[in-house]
Amino acid sequence: MKQRLLILLKVLVWIACLFPVSWLTYAAITNTLGPDPTATITFTTGKETIWLLAVMLSISPVRSLSARLSWLIRFRRLLGLFAFFYGSLHLLTYVALQANFDVSTMIDDITKRRFIIAGLAAWLLMLPLAVTSTNWAIRKMGGKKWAALHKLVYLAALAGVVHYWWGVKPGVRTPLMVTVVVIVLLAARPLMSWWKSRAIV
Amino acid sequence: MLIRHPELIPSSEITPKECYLNRRRFLSSGAFTAAGLALGGGILSAREAFAGEKLQTVKSPLTTTGEELTSYKDITTYNNFYEFGTGKSEPAIYAKDLPVRPWTLRVEGKVKKPLTFDIDALLKLRPLEDRVYRHRCVEAWSMVVPWIGYSLSEFIKQCEPLSSAKYVQFLSWYDKRYIHWPGQTGIHWPYSEGLRMDEAMHPLTLFTFGLYGEALPNQNGAPVRVVVPWKYGFKSAKSIVAVKFLDHQPETTWNDLASDEYGFYSNVNPNVDHPRWSQKTERRIGLPFYEQKRTTLFLNGYADQVGSLYAGMNLKKDF
Repeated sequence: MKQRLLILLKVLVWIACLFPVSWLTYAAITNTLGPDPTATITFTTGKETIWLLAVMLSISPVRSLSARLSWLIRFRRLLGLFAFFYGSLHLLTYVALQANFDVSTMIDDITKRRFIIAGLAAWLLMLPLAVTSTNWAIRKMGGKKWAALHKLVYLAALAGVVHYWWGVKPGVRTPLMVTVVVIVLLAARPLMSWWKSRAIV
Repeated sequence: MLIRHPELIPSSEITPKECYLNRRRFLSSGAFTAAGLALGGGILSAREAFAGEKLQTVKSPLTTTGEELTSYKDITTYNNFYEFGTGKSEPAIYAKDLPVRPWTLRVEGKVKKPLTFDIDALLKLRPLEDRVYRHRCVEAWSMVVPWIGYSLSEFIKQCEPLSSAKYVQFLSWYDKRYIHWPGQTGIHWPYSEGLRMDEAMHPLTLFTFGLYGEALPNQNGAPVRVVVPWKYGFKSAKSIVAVKFLDHQPETTWNDLASDEYGFYSNVNPNVDHPRWSQKTERRIGLPFYEQKRTTLFLNGYADQVGSLYAGMNLKKDF
């Protein structure tokens, strides 16, 4: 992949990732977030988080399909950090607009409600990954240790999916699509390495 | 409580002559489209004949004051009506297909004798009153809606229930042949809701035909629904085709689907959490995100009127 094309692609990915938050900001200023603005902000940031995690999880399996796709690795950190960014906005929306900064409400939610616990767990699992996402951290930790730590993203994605299902009403199937995508991408990893080891033999 | 007796007002004073004539015109156009239906698919024209029909109303002492009304647009585009999709904006699109004329309502169960009412007869049974009510959804959002109707008790009196009738069940329209019928919701259709007899007879419980001066838009439960302002919105059944009087508590849709989340009573109560969220506060629809928050009131602010219905009950247990 040529360097110039790579830069162009990066710019496009940045624009795509910044689009939802730009739209939310614009719609909040013009008061066009729909009948229930708090719900719109909550759902938009939450969906962005889980879908960005899904897209990011697709990079490794897609890369391993062909050596010519190795450049895709250059987008993994970017997507992961944007997932963390939207996850943080989602958490902030809860703290500010749902719990209204009320500590007792938050404690109540964390101790009583499993969907809140799952959501918070997903964010807490992403936090150390975001913190250690720099080149400096990778060098400092060493590649193996770093890679082992960053396997936590699988748990974060699963916790996110569980959070989504536990958050919607019985009968609502909106989390189904992203759930299938995440499960396929997670299952692809052991399946692909099994296939490769078989091919070598 | 001051309750005006509508029978003291001669109906000729309330409903102008031209409105009666209009009604006849609507009736005949309804008959015309019914013929069109028989000739093959005139559901849309049947709807157009009644959408936005102006309703003649009188004032009511039971209206809620001091609240800013939610806009007509938000009331009619942000709906929970699973028969027409699980998304909030879907009912406004798909409920167009609801065949609101002709419409009859069956009365069955513990009554002197089973009856059938035509919707146009129900509209004329009592003067239609303007009743502004707070509307609190179990999902923690709320609206203020200017409904039009008369107390359900007026209708129940016409049904002549037996003394053994302890509960009223409402069954909503359903038609599995309908092209957009939702499949995978886990709901046992038809949508069923119910009230205890004393709740149904309470003057605040509204037999509802319209909002904002017009006949109900389909997505809001046309042509007739109930509105029980001190309970979570799902208790207020839409597009009712049958009313059953029972000696036992009926099975109700959401209670059947998840009894830990949706109780039979489902009175608005800030002290009883939904398993997934607190009910202490609510988000008022149609306001900027920083102005939406409201404190949820016990029995949605109607405790003075209806609190006595629940005297001695443990509302944490019977939520």
